[in-house]
Amino acid sequence: MMENLVYIALFAPFASSMFAALFGMSPRQTFVGIVASLLLFTSFLASATLAFYVATTGMGIHVTMMDWISAGNLHIPFGFVVDQVSVTMMTVVTLVSTVVHIYSIGYMDHDKSFNRFFSYLSAFVFSMMILVMSDNFAGLFIGWEGVGVCSWLLIGFWYHKKDVSREENPSISPSWAANEAFIMNRIADLGMLVGLFIVYWNVGSLQYDVVFAELPNLSGSVLNAAAIALFIGAMGKSAQFPLHTWLTDAMEGPTPVSALIHAATMVTAGVFLVIRANPLFSMTPEVSYFIAALGTFVAFFAASMALVNRDLKRIIAFSTLSQLGYMFAAAGLGAYWIALFHLAAHAFFKALLFLGAGNVMHAMHDELDIFKMGGLKKAMKWTYIYMGVASLALAGIPFFAGFFSKDAIIETAFNEGTIVLWAILVITAGMTAFYSFRQVFLTFEGDERYKAFGIHPHEMYKYVLIAMSPLAILAVIAGFFQGSYEHFVTKLLPEYHMSEHTHHLALLLGLVVLIFAVGGIVLAYKKYYKGLKRDEQVENSFIYKVLANQYYIPKFYEMVITKPYAMLSEIFWKDIDMKIVDATVDGIAKFLYKSGDSSRKMQTGNLSNYLNWMAVGSVLLLVVAVISAMFV
Amino acid sequence: MIGLSHYLIVSALIFSIGLMGVLRRRNLLMLFFATEVMLNAVNIAFAAISHYYNDLTGQMFAFFIIAIAASEVAVGLGILIVLYKRYGSLDLDDLASMKG
Amino acid sequence: MYETIAFYLFSALTIGLFFVTIMSKNVLYAMTSLAAGMVLISGFFFILGADFLGVVQLIVYVGAIMALYSFAMMFFDATKGIKEKNTNPALIFLLGGLSALALVLMFAAPIYNESIQALYPMHEGVGNAQDVGIVLFTKYLIPFEVAAVMLLVAMIAGIILAGKKMDQSLTKDTSVDDEILTQKDAK
Repeated sequence: MMENLVYIALFAPFASSMFAALFGMSPRQTFVGIVASLLLFTSFLASATLAFYVATTGMGIHVTMMDWISAGNLHIPFGFVVDQVSVTMMTVVTLVSTVVHIYSIGYMDHDKSFNRFFSYLSAFVFSMMILVMSDNFAGLFIGWEGVGVCSWLLIGFWYHKKDVSREENPSISPSWAANEAFIMNRIADLGMLVGLFIVYWNVGSLQYDVVFAELPNLSGSVLNAAAIALFIGAMGKSAQFPLHTWLTDAMEGPTPVSALIHAATMVTAGVFLVIRANPLFSMTPEVSYFIAALGTFVAFFAASMALVNRDLKRIIAFSTLSQLGYMFAAAGLGAYWIALFHLAAHAFFKALLFLGAGNVMHAMHDELDIFKMGGLKKAMKWTYIYMGVASLALAGIPFFAGFFSKDAIIETAFNEGTIVLWAILVITAGMTAFYSFRQVFLTFEGDERYKAFGIHPHEMYKYVLIAMSPLAILAVIAGFFQGSYEHFVTKLLPEYHMSEHTHHLALLLGLVVLIFAVGGIVLAYKKYYKGLKRDEQVENSFIYKVLANQYYIPKFYEMVITKPYAMLSEIFWKDIDMKIVDATVDGIAKFLYKSGDSSRKMQTGNLSNYLNWMAVGSVLLLVVAVISAMFV
Repeated sequence: MIGLSHYLIVSALIFSIGLMGVLRRRNLLMLFFATEVMLNAVNIAFAAISHYYNDLTGQMFAFFIIAIAASEVAVGLGILIVLYKRYGSLDLDDLASMKG
Repeated sequence: MYETIAFYLFSALTIGLFFVTIMSKNVLYAMTSLAAGMVLISGFFFILGADFLGVVQLIVYVGAIMALYSFAMMFFDATKGIKEKNTNPALIFLLGGLSALALVLMFAAPIYNESIQALYPMHEGVGNAQDVGIVLFTKYLIPFEVAAVMLLVAMIAGIILAGKKMDQSLTKDTSVDDEILTQKDAK
């Protein structure tokens, strides 16, 4: 029975994708979306049932579907494991996916590639399920690549939009952004592959249980190498510095895509990898510390860029980047279950934020500049409530979900004695609160700047709003389950308890964070509640410009990496490929043709000529015979 | 004093002369003459080898070559006659109709 | 000693005569020198002790084949000189010279295998004609008979090719053919 549930949870999205693909070329049909959403809901029910089972019995389910590779000593099966970690991810992924699918029925209703969208979306969910449910590194890698491909397909969904200059649109075009995302992921996948090879070479198998049992027998340098290589893979997928530029450019895709992929699922795959491979990372403290430090840096870095951004979705993208940094910080410091908990909570309120942003975009006819919005709360009451709730959760206001998870991470930083990290994380929490509410206030409060552009906003369809409600509810109440969740997941993951010292200071620490968060909200309130007041001096200052241009990093990549590489490719194409390789092949063909053509002239029909040729041939043979006889 | 190589050299020289004749001649009848020269040269060689190795095989071979040459001449001249009746000329360059 | 003189004489004459054969512009001269050369070649055979072969050469080559050539010469009006377009004397001389050089080199080098076993050794005391007869009619019987058939075929072919009105049958009634042909035209 349970095996069947595993397969249902895994293959229902696949069936949905195939079903929608049948209608890929047809004009939009609403029932395609409905069927897709129903199948995803089935997957969610199966995952929830499995979660309940795992929670009550405390046992995992391990199924092996079939053998995949069996060559010599290499044996990789298609196996799936449903334990505490994977079932958490499964439930989160399927829940958010179901909501996003229902949302897409409303959001994409004017799009003529409606059916194709659902096919891609469901294919993505299927790949993600393979990633989290696989019981070996190779299956994980298959899912890894699958989500990469589906992300490319979905970001570049409106591929017919032409490239524009970077000043007009920092992402240039959806196709460009999709390529950037995929290429950056591929660069990181090289690291991941190297990690897999190191693991296989030293252990002889890629199954999780075998590898983790074998780890104590490996030397330190091997462990370090494997950990670093695997983390490089995680860096690409979860957009850590320096492979972070693709995440903000990925906002070129439709908003449901951003909600599903770049909030809840794909970008968390890197964190999932670190959590899954926690025995490895526990044994390499230097690498783990590096992970934590990098995560903290990214958290601060992304938050700084979100402070001044004008693009609605980009602000939310930066906040995703920032929260990913938080998750990596927790995982790097050894608090794996806290990272997973934050991952789940973050998925809920971040998806809600994105979906709300989608509502706003849909109402504002795809306008994204928050300076052009304002006062929308009159026209879009429910969206305002949803986004407000989600922002409260993100900012870490008590009793919302984010409060429990983020506070746990910040406490961990203090507990480990890494005070610098703790300080940076606290400051970032303040910045998070500030920019979240800056965005909320500029969009929904204040003067109605949109009227000047002749836009008439209206609220999203009722069924979409109803579909978003589970996320909102979870964003509020998820935090209360922290205790039972810890009890549940630490059956598999290592436990992490705060020290006595931290316990005493817990209240004080929480208060410090709260002050920063509330301070951020108050600052945003003062500046933006009444409306937008643009300050020329601030906007032209150096710091503002640096932050607004994302520290000029995309330009740097373009100048130092993209352009020289493009030039190199052109040289290879024009000079080497066309002039040398093609010329050689064509030359051989031309030579053969010409020699045949000229040999044709040998047939003169004249007997004497033929006799001449015969004599030439025989004399040649004679001469050869004599010469060879002389030298033998 | 006269060894096998003497005879073989003579045969070789006559063969080359015949070869030159084959290459040079444009008239079909004269071409046949040159072919006869080549055949005779080979006959000399066979007879010489047969003499110096005390083997009758060479002479047998020479016999059959003579027989073949005879029949070849008969058929060849017949064809030549038909060609002459058809085209009116025995010059090779006029008969190059199978030009590819 | 006689052998030496004879050999050199015959070889010089033969080479000279054959040279005339290939170089001459007159058919008659060419043919005559060819016949003379063949007679001298039969002389070679006699020196080499192949009496029967020499006689056969005289009878067949000089007697029959040269007669055939004479008749052919008469057939093609050969009194006027042959005009030949000489295209490339250099190439011809080169090829001929190279082949002569190569062959001479090959034959001049004393690398003969001394231990060759004779397949049909000559018998001492027996005349050459007798020897040849024994071998020809016992070991070489089948090639002999096949050669005979071949000669028959060649004779028939020669007759048909060269004869006049050879495409008309002497026995078949051809008037019937005409009727059939006219009937076909009428339809």
